[in-house]
Amino acid sequence: MAANVDVSAATPAPEITAKAVMAPVVGFLVPGGGHLIQKKWGRGLLLMVSIVAMFVLGLLMEGKLYSFNTGDILDILGFFGDIGSGGMYFVGKMMDLGQGNIARATADYGTKYLIVAGLLNIVAMADAWHIAIGKKP
Amino acid sequence: MSPLHLSHFTAALLFAVFASVVFGITQRNTTREMIHYGAYCFALFIGGVIVAGWAMWLLKH
Repeated sequence: MAANVDVSAATPAPEITAKAVMAPVVGFLVPGGGHLIQKKWGRGLLLMVSIVAMFVLGLLMEGKLYSFNTGDILDILGFFGDIGSGGMYFVGKMMDLGQGNIARATADYGTKYLIVAGLLNIVAMADAWHIAIGKKP
Repeated sequence: MSPLHLSHFTAALLFAVFASVVFGITQRNTTREMIHYGAYCFALFIGGVIVAGWAMWLLKH
């Protein structure tokens, strides 16, 4: 019987260092930045190029950048996806970009590009955290 | 800023490239595994687009 096994003793909690805190924060503000500050140059640059390119293409396709809202559930989820882009989201909002264009089908593709860029950035932030706590090489 | 007009397939292709790069890097530990997993994700994305495209064509006809 393997009941009552103390799992906490087998897997020690990760050590919270300054790097472990900074990596996801920098990754949030600058896509791939969390990897770059840990000298993971190749991975950081590839993540940066991929996520920034998706975000910029989304804007060029006249995609919509959602603002905080309490309306339709898809609009609320769209906001949480968009805000994952971090620094790019705030710059885009400040420059009044991402107004959307409901008259064009490709603008809807752009909206999806913007949301997925944010979601991919959240995945990249989690990866930077795992590298910082030594869970991933 | 002039709007960018991409076809559905081009948009799906670019989406697959960028998402596969991120998935490959974040979901595997070694460079070799990252490349393999990224290529696998890319193939699934594009394969899914082609299968869905033919499925919609069959539904229409």
